Amino acid sequence: MSILVGTETRLLVQGITGREGTFHAEQMHAYGTNIVAGVTPGKGGRTALTANVPVYDTCWRAVQETGADTSVIYVPAPGAPDAIVEAVSAGISTVFCITEHIPALDMLKVIPVVESYGARLVGPNCPGATSVGQAKVGIIPGSIHKPGRVGLVSRSGTLTYEVVQALTDAGIGQSTCVGIGGDPITGSSFVDILALFAADPDTDALVLIGEIGGDAEETAAAWRLEHLPDTPMAAFIAGRTAPPGRRMGHAGAIISGASGTAVSKIAALEAAGVRVAESPSEIPRLLGEAGVRPD
Amino acid sequence: MKLQEADAKSLLVSQSLPVPPWAVVRTPSDAREVARSFFASGAEKVVIKAQVLVGGRGKAGGVRLAADVHEAEEVASAILAMDIKGIQVRKVLVAPAADIVAEFYLSCVLDRGARKVLFMGSAQGGIDIEQVAADEPDSITYIHAHPHLGLLDHQARLMAFELGLGAHLAEVVAIAKGLYATMIANDADLVEINPLAIVHERAADGSIVERLRCLDAKITLDDSALSRHPGLEALRDLDEEDPVDVEARTQGISFIRLAGDIGCMVNGAGLAMTTMDLVKRAGGQPANFLDIGGGAKADKVAQAMRLILADPSVKAILVNIFGGIARGDEVAHGLVEARTQQERTVPMVVRIVGTNAELAAEILEGSQGIQLADSLDGAVEAAVAAARAYRDAVGADGGAGR
Repeated sequence: MSILVGTETRLLVQGITGREGTFHAEQMHAYGTNIVAGVTPGKGGRTALTANVPVYDTCWRAVQETGADTSVIYVPAPGAPDAIVEAVSAGISTVFCITEHIPALDMLKVIPVVESYGARLVGPNCPGATSVGQAKVGIIPGSIHKPGRVGLVSRSGTLTYEVVQALTDAGIGQSTCVGIGGDPITGSSFVDILALFAADPDTDALVLIGEIGGDAEETAAAWRLEHLPDTPMAAFIAGRTAPPGRRMGHAGAIISGASGTAVSKIAALEAAGVRVAESPSEIPRLLGEAGVRPD
Repeated sequence: MKLQEADAKSLLVSQSLPVPPWAVVRTPSDAREVARSFFASGAEKVVIKAQVLVGGRGKAGGVRLAADVHEAEEVASAILAMDIKGIQVRKVLVAPAADIVAEFYLSCVLDRGARKVLFMGSAQGGIDIEQVAADEPDSITYIHAHPHLGLLDHQARLMAFELGLGAHLAEVVAIAKGLYATMIANDADLVEINPLAIVHERAADGSIVERLRCLDAKITLDDSALSRHPGLEALRDLDEEDPVDVEARTQGISFIRLAGDIGCMVNGAGLAMTTMDLVKRAGGQPANFLDIGGGAKADKVAQAMRLILADPSVKAILVNIFGGIARGDEVAHGLVEARTQQERTVPMVVRIVGTNAELAAEILEGSQGIQLADSLDGAVEAAVAAARAYRDAVGADGGAGR
């Protein structure tokens, strides 16, 4: 059944009539994702896509009329925090926020609101999630996947695609691939997603793609050691050569003083029994050494 | 974005925090004149501090005292001639030297793990907090502000008593709340007062009194929030920025110059870091980090190419594009266009996979000086070899003069 998204997902696209929203809604629809509604304030009553997806003015109305349970946000940064709160207060249980450049202090306020509704936020500044062969929500290209039993979680976008392509080329399929986002403050952590994979009967092995900045990888390593010590797991950490004190593209990718270095993350993961690759292309081999067979 | 000490102090003053007077000057003679005014208002000494964004200026000799106007001019002259960690000192801050009784540390910082603002304090002030955290972890008090209620009075009082500042309770509470307000008002990632000092000052009646004063400040702003603080963007110190970084930022390209000779053009921050790492692993040295961002239209590719070639040490270029939103053919057109405009040509290794990769290959096939690669590892190897060959052919100066 994979995690987060699947055949039962009823997706609402916030910002569906915008340039990004339109393009990616078409891609998601073409992949087979069940898009039930779109929201753009002031454009209610129209339809979007060739699939005739109804557009609503508000999330509340969209949820009432279509039973949408998941939303994906392509709204520009100034309106995105509000869009997240609008979604969860309308009853959406899982929100993917693709938008980048949302101020961190805005997210600090939004996250407890999401939690108060018992909802889950993935992102912001994330590529979304794809449950292979079932549904894709976000911007991950659909063509790179192969169905299988490896669950992947990443802080990155195109680097994720690189790793997924390497797995697919090696014949190793994926259950769900999730990007949690490159910002310092994100709705879901590595551990949140690993816990979902741990409970998923269709995921047998794990890949974690981390990068410099913060200590989410170290926390994930400790969690794995305690909860999933025997699950085959490989990882890659980007930014081994990044200079300290510089923000490497992602708002969250920065070495501050002695914290957030690749060395610390790699050591923590290796100590937790995770095989850490020096290049994305090594991941299939490392999974193989951990007992993962091609599908 | 990091702020200079003087700008950080101004933001503290806007929140009514107690910061002693200061002036920023660019010449020794101006330093002498502002020192004269501080001596005239009763200062026994002045402190002269290099205004640079790199850490460790104190250890480097960039912070010194002066006892009279002549010494102030000499010290300012010496500091203004300094180069601290590669940064030329262009200005100094002059302030009356405080009569310090005790030093403390106080800050608000974004706590990524807890997803809250962390209010930190220590009675070990005036030194690097990371050192304090390593040596005396128990001397640091950590309090999380509430995401919606902010930093509450009881939390500020708790900090005051934990730091042994109960005798200055009202002052500490005001400073703590002003510190937090500075963080929120400016969308900062970090606001640090180090040291917060108890100083002796002469009151109006001539008696000596103890006061709390913010003697040094450090602020880092959230780049994602700068668009809603146009006044803060103006505080960016262009003196300390590579002009190429400035140009990249105006074009929406994420660019960081590094010391090597292999220029990198990649889409996506994680993949861009990975590409750098792999260049280094293959025995090469990346000249830059460059993320052209999502979409990657032809004109942006051409702009990115100009940024890379502006660095005369670049001897080869590695283009690594994973087409998703970005379309391979768009990137290829951009590369061809950039190639025709270039003032100097260096070998280029191009790897484009994903959306419209076949079209990209057709466009680039047969282009002079462009080598196509399929795998990331293969592209990196080829770029490292190309840089080496070019270096050998052109000579050690890299043919910087085209």
